[in-house]
Amino acid sequence: MKYLKFFTIGIFFGIVLVKSEAVSWYRIYEMFRFESFHMYGIIGTAVVTGIILLLLTKQLKLKNIEGSQMRVPLKEKGFLRYIIGGSIFGLGWALSGACPGPMYILVGTGEFSVLIVILAALFGTYMYGVLKDKLPH
Amino acid sequence: MEIILQPWPWYVSGPLIAIIMFLLVYFGKTFGMSSNLKTICAAGGAGKNVPFFDFDWREHKWNLLVVLGAVLGGFIAHFFLSEPTNIELNPDTIENLNQLGFKNAGKSLLPPEIYSWNSVFSIQGILILLFGGFLVGFGTRYANGCTSGHAITGLSSLQLPSLIAVIGFFVGGLVMIHLIFPIIF
Repeated sequence: MKYLKFFTIGIFFGIVLVKSEAVSWYRIYEMFRFESFHMYGIIGTAVVTGIILLLLTKQLKLKNIEGSQMRVPLKEKGFLRYIIGGSIFGLGWALSGACPGPMYILVGTGEFSVLIVILAALFGTYMYGVLKDKLPH
Repeated sequence: MEIILQPWPWYVSGPLIAIIMFLLVYFGKTFGMSSNLKTICAAGGAGKNVPFFDFDWREHKWNLLVVLGAVLGGFIAHFFLSEPTNIELNPDTIENLNQLGFKNAGKSLLPPEIYSWNSVFSIQGILILLFGGFLVGFGTRYANGCTSGHAITGLSSLQLPSLIAVIGFFVGGLVMIHLIFPIIF
């Protein structure tokens, strides 16, 4: 039962990303060519709404469901891992048109060849785990 | 119903995504999709050989449930809440894709020139999917997050590392589309 809420949030997430067309390879391509405001509008309004919600959370000292202060985990400080790792992800995102949320959602829309992208992404994740200590962070 | 069947405008979708992030934080978790790739590696036993995956993946089961829900959500949205896909792309984008050999741009979610089984079984097609997926998996773990973890959650909580990562996303994306694409296609 305690997992039902996460499953429900997932359903909602899948619906929103399909209906917003953010799962489309074409929309990502268009975004990186700066030929449409659509994706910037989605990410921009998501971030602005998110900032407002999280600031309100802080101001009102809202508690999460477990009764402790609601907060977002902090990312470690750093530069290289974010700029290099981010760029590597960006190359793959633009090529496959799928980031790690949409790649699952696309399977639901009947695009089964995306499973190959997911398998390759799992292998990429695994290889990061193997090479982690040799990479600059 | 008509409004739901039409594509949703960005100013509706964006705030809804923020609410998803907020709900997950309220439930004591966070919004991060690429972590699931790490969790699945760990669940598959990768922790035996690689310390990075040596953690109790069951603690992240909730996120796998988000993924399962997302697959079902994609199914519902595509087959019951949509009219035939017709993405209103910029005519310049369509023209550009046409020149690269992509016909009928926007008539499906993914281009058949890359994702149809015919393409998948060509050398170029399979390499694109394998490279694309590999870079996504490797890059998101290296950067410790993807669009949901950095662009939405990280920027919403005003974290500098996430801003650096998002700049990286765009550096990579722009290089791919403007410099590498014309070579591949």
